[in-house]
Amino acid sequence: MKQFEPLTRKNDAQPVRYLIVDDSVFARKSLARLIESFGGQIAGEASDGVSAIAEYTRVKPDIVLMDITMPQMEGIEAVERIVQEHPEARIVMVSSVGYQDNILAALQKGARHFVQKPVKPDALYEIIRYVLNDDGVTAGASQEHVR
Amino acid sequence: MRMDLIQPFIGSLDAVLAEMMRAPATIADLAMEEDGYRCQGTAAVVLFRGQIEGRIILDMDPAAAAHIASLLADSEVDPSDPIIPEAVCELANMVIGNAVTQLNDRGFQFKVLPPSLLKEEQVDKAGEDSEATILSFDTKQGSVRLNIAMRYLARRSHDQTPVAVG
Repeated sequence: MKQFEPLTRKNDAQPVRYLIVDDSVFARKSLARLIESFGGQIAGEASDGVSAIAEYTRVKPDIVLMDITMPQMEGIEAVERIVQEHPEARIVMVSSVGYQDNILAALQKGARHFVQKPVKPDALYEIIRYVLNDDGVTAGASQEHVR
Repeated sequence: MRMDLIQPFIGSLDAVLAEMMRAPATIADLAMEEDGYRCQGTAAVVLFRGQIEGRIILDMDPAAAAHIASLLADSEVDPSDPIIPEAVCELANMVIGNAVTQLNDRGFQFKVLPPSLLKEEQVDKAGEDSEATILSFDTKQGSVRLNIAMRYLARRSHDQTPVAVG
């Protein structure tokens, strides 16, 4: 798999910590592999919106990758609840369902960005870099490279 | 069957398979469902609700399903591996999600429910007020079938132009 210039936290140069929320174990594994190729660390995983809220509070990740269509509680509602409690939360929606109303609803509830499945690694990397840099969280990795 | 509702699913399956398998899929057959549907491989079903209601079944030959599972898992998966149904559900999620995105952006308002594994081999005929179309695609690893049953309940939001009065 292609490797990217590692994204690290600005304050302590440690790897960026991610929470992956998706009801598909394949989607979680696939995102985990991408995160590793970005130099990141998996802080936690959840398979629905309810457990995502609990997991966010437990692991306090730097960024959340959140699916939309999930059992029990959908991603957009989970975003709203997480952002209500943690306004600093940085959440990127990762879903195959990317119509405008859905994206708008997610952004209005506090999500920072949207990526459509199947995920293109370069696109996800750039979006994560953008979202994290927006808050000055990451050391700016300017160019990807192959190790 | 309204082809403007079917076309996004054809385009989406073609695009997702091409992206994942790095090879094109070709339409081998198109038929109307007449006496229910008999699954031929591993199948996932996705229900949708709103202005369009219905269900879509994604049914994959064992070799094609194992190939998709291997690609998703990034390691070789045997056709008998129990994780294959999960891979078919994830593929259904991507294919149907992308098509639903296109239809919603054209003004058809509906939402999809999470995919689930279809456990019955024989699926009853779609309701009297629904039409079901079966699309069969050929890939290098075997056939992939989409069974699309839907009924259209309302006009698109941007078709609902206000009526001038007075």
